[in-house]
Amino acid sequence: MTEAPEKFVGGGVLRKEDPALITGRGNWVDNIRLPGMLHATILRSPYAHAKITSIDVSAAREQPGVAAVFTGKDLLEEWDKNPTANPAAVTGYSLSLAERENGGASVTPTADSTSESPVSEKTHTFCGWMVTEDIKVPDHLPVAVDEVNYAGEPVAVVVATDRYKAQDAVDLIEVDYEPLDVVTNMERAIQDDSPLVHEKLGTNKSYTWELENGNVDEAFNNAEVHVKERYIQQRLIPNAIETRGVVANPDPVSGGYTVYSSTQVPHILKSVLATYCGIPEQRLRVVAPDVGGGFGSKLNVYSEEVIALVLSRKLGLPIKWVEDRSENYLATIHGRDQIQDIELAATREGKILGMKVHLLADMGAYLQLNGPGIPLLGAFMYPGVYTFDAYGFSCTGVFTNKTPTDAYRGAGRPEATYAIERIMDALARETGLDPVEVRRRNFYEPFDEPTTTPAGIQYDSMNMQAALDRVLELADYEGLREEQRRRREANDPVQLGIGFSTYTEICGLAPSQVLAALRAGGAGWEQASVRMLASGKVEVVTGTSPHGQGHVTSWSQIAADALGVSPEDVEVLHGDTATAPWGRDTYGSRSLAVGGVAVHLAAQKVVDKAKKIAAHMLEAAEGDMEFEGGRFSVAGSPEKSVTMPEVAAAAYLANNLPEGMEPGLSEDYFYDPPNFTFPFGAHICVTEVDTETGKARIRDYFAVDDCGPVINPQIVDGQLQGGIAQGVAQALYEEAIYDEDGNLTTGSMVDYLVPGAPELPNYTLERTVTPSPTNAMGVKGVGEAGTIGSPPAVINSVIDALSPFGVTHIDMPASPWRIWQTIQEAQGREAGSREADLSGRPAQTEEGGEA
Amino acid sequence: MRRIQMTVDGRGHIAEVEPRLLLLHHLRENLGIGGVHWGCNTTNCGACTVLMNGESVKSCTVLAVQADGAEITTVRGIMENGLWHPVQQAFHETHGLQCGYCTPGMIMASVSLLKENPEPSEQEIREALEGNLCRCTGYENIVKAVQMAAPYVRRSEPVAAS
Repeated sequence: MTEAPEKFVGGGVLRKEDPALITGRGNWVDNIRLPGMLHATILRSPYAHAKITSIDVSAAREQPGVAAVFTGKDLLEEWDKNPTANPAAVTGYSLSLAERENGGASVTPTADSTSESPVSEKTHTFCGWMVTEDIKVPDHLPVAVDEVNYAGEPVAVVVATDRYKAQDAVDLIEVDYEPLDVVTNMERAIQDDSPLVHEKLGTNKSYTWELENGNVDEAFNNAEVHVKERYIQQRLIPNAIETRGVVANPDPVSGGYTVYSSTQVPHILKSVLATYCGIPEQRLRVVAPDVGGGFGSKLNVYSEEVIALVLSRKLGLPIKWVEDRSENYLATIHGRDQIQDIELAATREGKILGMKVHLLADMGAYLQLNGPGIPLLGAFMYPGVYTFDAYGFSCTGVFTNKTPTDAYRGAGRPEATYAIERIMDALARETGLDPVEVRRRNFYEPFDEPTTTPAGIQYDSMNMQAALDRVLELADYEGLREEQRRRREANDPVQLGIGFSTYTEICGLAPSQVLAALRAGGAGWEQASVRMLASGKVEVVTGTSPHGQGHVTSWSQIAADALGVSPEDVEVLHGDTATAPWGRDTYGSRSLAVGGVAVHLAAQKVVDKAKKIAAHMLEAAEGDMEFEGGRFSVAGSPEKSVTMPEVAAAAYLANNLPEGMEPGLSEDYFYDPPNFTFPFGAHICVTEVDTETGKARIRDYFAVDDCGPVINPQIVDGQLQGGIAQGVAQALYEEAIYDEDGNLTTGSMVDYLVPGAPELPNYTLERTVTPSPTNAMGVKGVGEAGTIGSPPAVINSVIDALSPFGVTHIDMPASPWRIWQTIQEAQGREAGSREADLSGRPAQTEEGGEA
Repeated sequence: MRRIQMTVDGRGHIAEVEPRLLLLHHLRENLGIGGVHWGCNTTNCGACTVLMNGESVKSCTVLAVQADGAEITTVRGIMENGLWHPVQQAFHETHGLQCGYCTPGMIMASVSLLKENPEPSEQEIREALEGNLCRCTGYENIVKAVQMAAPYVRRSEPVAAS
């Protein structure tokens, strides 16, 4: 048996996930092939808003290899099956004799169900976060029936023996549309005379959510300095390199189904599928196999998942649907898309007195799983790392004829951090302070106990001063300012910009009571089981479900240290509701701070029980037992000892256990965190901006982040590198653009700039370690920190570089064209026309050339 | 239907295919090689990169019939004597992958790069991999992996040549 006196947490353990992935043995949804499996392909609306006047599927049905074609109308009754009914009756292949006499009711009424007409008046929705009591929720059918509300909405489904044949048939479906007026712009959408996305709702406003703490009016009335800014959070496309995919497989024995989906949230998916499709939860198994990136886009429940499931129910065969990339751009959620109005009241010395924030948040055409709640995750974070007394926030969620939005890496917090960190630079300009100094004047004194913020929540621990001091040293701030001064004096065409971001973010979602208070439709606990097997090997079952974050490795390290074994002796089971039945899944940088802590606590329970057994075996008092390096010994008599594997064997042999003890050595823990966690950090972006071409090049990027104690430094660095890269991508490159008819003009990887290796820099990373008092391990989370911290550092650096031209503002993405135009405008020159103010595309001059 | 023959990772395969079938889909659907991934089907992301007669190609942009008679190497076929290729080993050691979905294509593009340029600079590595998108890593550790693998690949070349 492996004896492992060393500690693995914090050490350089290479990832256990890698061997399969680097040898092409990953188990992806699209690799799943089942006997008799059919392929579904979806016809999508080319219109952003239209009535469907007719659909003719007859030619498609006659295509070779086509098993079935369904319109929205054909599937209507599938969404109204009663989940409390007899499952066998729901599947339709076991009608009682009495039912047959009655004409074969499709649903068997039970005591607590009412007999409904096949098509009910209920509102169908995938949304689980009704942020206000009076939120407007549109009816969201997986396949449209009468009306389409965004380009890409499903209109019909073809099922065929392979994808080529299914696609051939899709092309033969004839749909007549009657185009309706389209609205794509949020500010237009909330005007009284705007076209309505959903006529039935009578408005494009979904909800308005507000928060106020302290006396905001008084703060603003008394302030000497006011700063008011408007920032645009452009719409982003998540672009996981593996698109979504699902396989639904009926189980003829149980009458249930197994659903394989490329999802971040198998447990949430299971609950929603059960409700939406009327399949009792105990007859549904959901598996997330290897998942090729998510970034929030797979933290959802999508039409195609329920479509695959109900088609497998209708046809009694396995159904596969895999998204192609152009579908991914239209039919997987987008991120961000907010207009942020932010205002600061401050003293002339730069001390903040109050803050007001008003958001417009584009929901797109429908509410997805957490769509309305995303701005709320930001609502509490606008005050950032600064302490003051008065804070007011409001957000209005708006419907437009565009793809729905939802969580994209950071989900509300990158937006908040961007706004506060941009306006801190504006405050520095207004007060004549250095951006470092204005930040310092508003920092919290370092603290390690919960501390109330202007938004009324409690940060767990923070030491901004240490992080900022260290990053200034790393970057040689004074040297950089000196170089900048030289370049400015020399009128260098390539100017140097130094941009700051000092941020905190909210992780460890979430205390269940807080979620309830925010009207989120689910709990925030996490579950783990730690099973010491009779051989001394270990199984860890976790409810979090990774898609690149390396949980298998990190959880092995945690369990290994707790139990005194090697990580090699630990198997981590996850992502399958049959083997890991309880979990709230992976998002919001919650896995370690909630799921990892649950593993740690379950392992401690195993050690506690093992200690009792060891004491019994050694005929010693439990209080005298010491546990070190996988060995229990008696205090003062180290020669009297037993190993953990010996204890495990005894636990299962069960012939020499303390009186009344249950056999076995396996423990569960449901961990509901008492508070969130708040990682923080200080970033400096050093950018060279070519003022003649407008091209910005990040020369150096320094980041000192604090996510508490680190389990696996290599994985943490990887999360930061990838996270910062996604923030840089928002700041410099990416933007989803719609034309006024609601066509996504950046509808492919050709038109939407996902940065490649030449477009991104290297990063200089360091850490400080401030443990969280929230959990037993002191850990905070790191999955989104880079994406949250970096966009304002990049944009502040671009503005800093251009400040000699009088530039004080630029929107994301700071493309060469936009930078060049900003310089021209700041100097009062003709800069060409810009058709849509969100457009990052080259405008045409009157002469026809590019501006 | 056209009858085609090709060698994939050292094994011969004969098949009847439609002329429109992509090499990517032939490898995945007909030959069951799940280690060739895809991410866009439009030559942008590079997840489907394989070697065709020793040169890297994006298999979503090659018709199966164009690969008639070709020798195809995928990420499953680059191990030598039961050991990982140095590029595979280096991706593991530098944490050059997270979700692992772009990885087979990224590894094959790197193998191809080191064949053509055994001692690439950082900039050359970044430019050579520009057709392979990774959404997880930010590329820094991928670049490090190629740098780490390069001397090992160089040293093994004479052995392979003899």
